[in-house]
Amino acid sequence: MKKISKIYTALIIFFMYMPIVTLIIFSFNNGKTTVWKGFTLKWYTDLFRDSQIISSLWNTLIIALLASFIATALGTMAAIGINNFKGKKRILIQNASNVEILSPDIVTGVALMLMFTMLGVAFHFKMGFLTVLLAHITFCTPYVVLNVLPRIRHMDYSVYEAALDLGCNQWQAFRKVVIHELMPGMFSGFLMSFTFSMDDFVITYFTRGASFQTLSIQIYTMTHQRISPKINALSALMFVVVLALMIVVNLKDRKSEKQQAQRV
Amino acid sequence: MRLKRPSIPYIIWMAVFTFIPIALILYSAFTDSSGGFTLEPFTKAFGYFDVFLRSLWIAFISTLICLVLAYPIGYIMSRQKKSTQNILTMVIMIPMWMNFLLRIYAWITLLQSGGPIDTMLSLLGIHTTLIGNQGAVILGMVYEYLPFMVLPLYSVMAKIDNNLIEAAEDLGSNRLSVMRKVVFPLSIPGIVSGVTMVFVPSASTFLVAQYLGGVDDIMIGDVIDRIFWSDQNTGAAIALILMAAIFLFLIILNFFGDEEAIA
Repeated sequence: MKKISKIYTALIIFFMYMPIVTLIIFSFNNGKTTVWKGFTLKWYTDLFRDSQIISSLWNTLIIALLASFIATALGTMAAIGINNFKGKKRILIQNASNVEILSPDIVTGVALMLMFTMLGVAFHFKMGFLTVLLAHITFCTPYVVLNVLPRIRHMDYSVYEAALDLGCNQWQAFRKVVIHELMPGMFSGFLMSFTFSMDDFVITYFTRGASFQTLSIQIYTMTHQRISPKINALSALMFVVVLALMIVVNLKDRKSEKQQAQRV
Repeated sequence: MRLKRPSIPYIIWMAVFTFIPIALILYSAFTDSSGGFTLEPFTKAFGYFDVFLRSLWIAFISTLICLVLAYPIGYIMSRQKKSTQNILTMVIMIPMWMNFLLRIYAWITLLQSGGPIDTMLSLLGIHTTLIGNQGAVILGMVYEYLPFMVLPLYSVMAKIDNNLIEAAEDLGSNRLSVMRKVVFPLSIPGIVSGVTMVFVPSASTFLVAQYLGGVDDIMIGDVIDRIFWSDQNTGAAIALILMAAIFLFLIILNFFGDEEAIA
């Protein structure tokens, strides 16, 4: 890398990480302000004692897992079907699927809230876990479709037919050939869904009803009320988790790349 | 195997959870609280015209700054060896995985009076308010959405063959005309998707302006949030206008992108 490129890259990285590092530093500050008053771990112990935060963490994880599993199944099936449509119909369905991706979160949130409130009045239910889950599946599935479609397009159907000729029944051939081929696309769709679901605030905010809490909502309440160093501790922990996950995924990628290289 | 049937559940899902809700927004925007037809929500929505324009303006400036900052970094990344590219991609992506509220909150900590930046500036003899103005809102937006600009730019530029650049150089292009005549035209799809990915969320975001801006800096997303809980019809009208504006913008942008790609 040339010197000027190096300096520029370093500046951008500094800009992106400085706020996070600042939060991490202040998460160890024995004081409530941004004046350093000595080292402490009390905000971390406070955090783990806060049962509301722990339960909203569970809610977030459960919603993210369920939503991304269902979205992956729904989206993969959709992609297989869409691939067999031709011409205008196919473009129509794909564009319909993109509407969800392109419309602003706040519009999606408000629109779903309108529908859920009306249904709630008609069928006597309150918004909560289920409505949030439905909303998350709705905004995750288009990303799965987007990730799986290109893999199907490049799939060789004769392999599937060969599997049938070699004695697989349809389900076995589907599982061993089609799913196997689509796996990388399904996996990245799942991963995208999972992160978007974990990170979502706006849509959850409008569809959660009065009492259902996720981590984003919890953070919103915390930042809205008053500044508490517990948020710093939470940020620091989330950063470490994300960092660890990214390193693991990256190492795994590299390992499989190497294995593939060896096989060739 | 060549069946269309597997897509039916998703088509039904889209109809129920994407299109019926949008239809409901359309319906609410044209009715009063008792369900009769009226244009009143739109006349009320028109009262927020200045907020609407300001949101588009802030989104435009933020997108522009993101583009200017991200273009060089995307290019630099795309010219590294594969392993360095992967590491840099990861470095750019990690902050994106932090919760969006926590990232704005970090800037409140940094910018508040008595905060680290304020203290440093005071030592240099500069006394100024860093938070509660439009500049802080734009800074927050740029910080929030910069990775969304870098990643598409990088992935498009990574596909540009080094030989192409060298060929242009061999044929007598200087660095500037290599950028202008080779790299830039090939990077247009990346610019289009980067601009889309930054402009749409920043025009419609809420909370960033509430947290970093002053009372006069609220954006259209904040207005929707505030109004919707009490007056769904006006809220729906504003949401509808916002969605129409964004789709119009996307159509123009894509048209422009295609045009450039052909030329």
